[in-house]
Amino acid sequence: MPQSSTSKKSAAGLWVTCLVNLFRPSVAWAVVRLLNQAGIDVIVPKHQTCCGQPSYNGGDRSNARRAARQVIRQFERLDYMVVPSGSCAAMIRKHYPELLKEDRDWSARANNLAAKCYELTEFLNHVAGYDGTQVSSLKATYHDSCSGLRELNLKTAPRDLLGRVRGLELVEMRDAERCCGFGGAFCLKYPELSNDMVSRKIRNIMDSGAECVIAGDLGCLMTLEGKLHRLGHRIRGYHIAEILAGMEGDA
Amino acid sequence: MTAGTGSPKRFREASRTALNNERLQRAMNRLQSGFGEARAQAIADLPEFDALRDLARQRKDFTLRHLPQYLAAFEQAVRRAGGRVHWAKTPQEANRIVRGLCQEYDCRHVVKSKSMVGEEMRLADYLLGWGADVIETDLGEYILQLRQEKPSHIIAPATHLNRDDIAETFQATHGEDGQQGKAAEGLVQEARHRLRQKFKQAEMAITGANFLVAETGTVVLVTNEGNADLGVTLAPHHVVVSSIEKVVPTLKDAFLFLRLLARSATGQDISTYTSLYTGRRRDGATDGPETFDVVLLDGGRSDLLDSEFEEILHCIRCGACLNHCPVYAGAGGHAYGSIYPGPMGAVLAPALNDGTVHRELSQASTFCGKCEEVCPVRIPLPKLMRYWREKSFGDHQSPFTERVMLRGWAWLCRHPHLYRSVIRLMSSLLRRLSHGGWITSLPGLGRAWTQDRDMPAPPAKTFFEEWEDKR
Repeated sequence: MPQSSTSKKSAAGLWVTCLVNLFRPSVAWAVVRLLNQAGIDVIVPKHQTCCGQPSYNGGDRSNARRAARQVIRQFERLDYMVVPSGSCAAMIRKHYPELLKEDRDWSARANNLAAKCYELTEFLNHVAGYDGTQVSSLKATYHDSCSGLRELNLKTAPRDLLGRVRGLELVEMRDAERCCGFGGAFCLKYPELSNDMVSRKIRNIMDSGAECVIAGDLGCLMTLEGKLHRLGHRIRGYHIAEILAGMEGDA
Repeated sequence: MTAGTGSPKRFREASRTALNNERLQRAMNRLQSGFGEARAQAIADLPEFDALRDLARQRKDFTLRHLPQYLAAFEQAVRRAGGRVHWAKTPQEANRIVRGLCQEYDCRHVVKSKSMVGEEMRLADYLLGWGADVIETDLGEYILQLRQEKPSHIIAPATHLNRDDIAETFQATHGEDGQQGKAAEGLVQEARHRLRQKFKQAEMAITGANFLVAETGTVVLVTNEGNADLGVTLAPHHVVVSSIEKVVPTLKDAFLFLRLLARSATGQDISTYTSLYTGRRRDGATDGPETFDVVLLDGGRSDLLDSEFEEILHCIRCGACLNHCPVYAGAGGHAYGSIYPGPMGAVLAPALNDGTVHRELSQASTFCGKCEEVCPVRIPLPKLMRYWREKSFGDHQSPFTERVMLRGWAWLCRHPHLYRSVIRLMSSLLRRLSHGGWITSLPGLGRAWTQDRDMPAPPAKTFFEEWEDKR
């Protein structure tokens, strides 16, 4: 895969998800560090807000389209767009082109952005390259977030990357691909079902013997960590960016 | 059973009850792990499975594009084989047709095999109400009939019950026959004994259909118990109830779908019984029914052709989406309050009803996509559920507060400066509610989150603030 071979340094626009911005800035800083290590300039477009997923999944297609156009305008001129979330990345990659396919002016622009939009782990695995890092001995299990897994096929990329983290032992939990019950508004509309789903995940995490759980989406991670904390378990949750950037100590 | 309107609140209430029912939860866990593992194994053993899925999808698309033509061909072929086809626009009409056939053939004793279309018509109840003696012969359906319940699953109708439930039911309804204890074998013997009497008495056998073959007029039916065969072999009159989208052009197509069906449903290579019924008893033949009638129900399906929901007509009723759905696992089939539960039901049920009933079931999904992943004919179920959400949002059927919040959020996101201020405010409010970095109780909408889990408190600054500071 292409390493930057020309003298011009590539620039990647960083998508800061709503949850990362508010709840866990360390994830965005981890991405900045990872991209800089790969020799890529990080640009954070100033006017980014939300990718439009709540509108889209809530049935408000016209507002989802407006959000899509707003995002496209800000990121389309950059070399890459990097997104530390499978669900936001899938929204931009898969759903923007679908949303705007009948719009003559915007369809091509949506496709253009989709082609250079990457979820973080696939970007590190296929475009930027990742040299690995060292963590102090950590036994971890990985939760496959649904959107990344099923819409972007992110099964091996995160595991490949975690395999390059020295000191980290990855153990698979049972049903790693099963939904954690977050589902955006789902967890607020059906809290009991959501709780049932996260409870199953927690049992599987516990059974795996891992000391921490890693995920690529902050929504899943907050669900898992929130439940672990409520139950009084000491297992921690990390976004994969934090682990890859070697920031597990200070996250 | 509650008919329900399928509103989010009703589904939430029903699922809450289901989650507190330990027996049900154990049964659902067994179902999902059992069928899930069996499917995975069956697929691992068939390397061409994905290629078959693609082919099946193509054949479905092709058939639906020419649906009237293949239905007409099917009718002609049935006629050539000495049978008749009857057309029904609505379930009520279909019921009246079946009743008319009972009258025409002078039948009062009916044995019925499980059929989701029969459920859609509430056919057994209708015929019982009219005065016929109707008995369900699928073991699961039979148990449900005794309990006056509805199926909770497409292929395993009584999956919500366990052996103790069944033993209790038999004790209560079988009178002196109900002495077989609680062992599974005894219970099966007991039901078999009862049902055999009914099979011998029956004048009419009603079955469903998995596929209708246009080229030959054949009705293809799969069962694991052989009950349909027993009914059709013994009774002089065979009536098939089916919906129109089950038609396939050729026998070869039917076999393609059969290869996908059992593997996706139960993990079997093929179900125990695969029966092909073509017309009535031939002149000079010694067995087969004297009459053969097929009642074809539209029930709202032709309205789906060329609509955004057309792909749900690909469904071959394997139940894989139910068997793998984490929401179905917790809620159970009855919570859906519709004939068809789970992800496929959330898409199909609203199309089969008038108005907006059941439409809100589409909300009960995290869009995890597992249903689409396992669907043998690759129906994009989350996408189709999203279309229902769009309809509900568009015609103001979704809750008012939800629409206001969605619109408000979208508006805020279009004003980045204001967005930043509101997020900052939210951040400081959340921090104020936290203790030791965690929030254990939130007011308002957030209560749903903190009901069963905690929320990490946001740090002092958002990422954008930190980024600006660094510049």
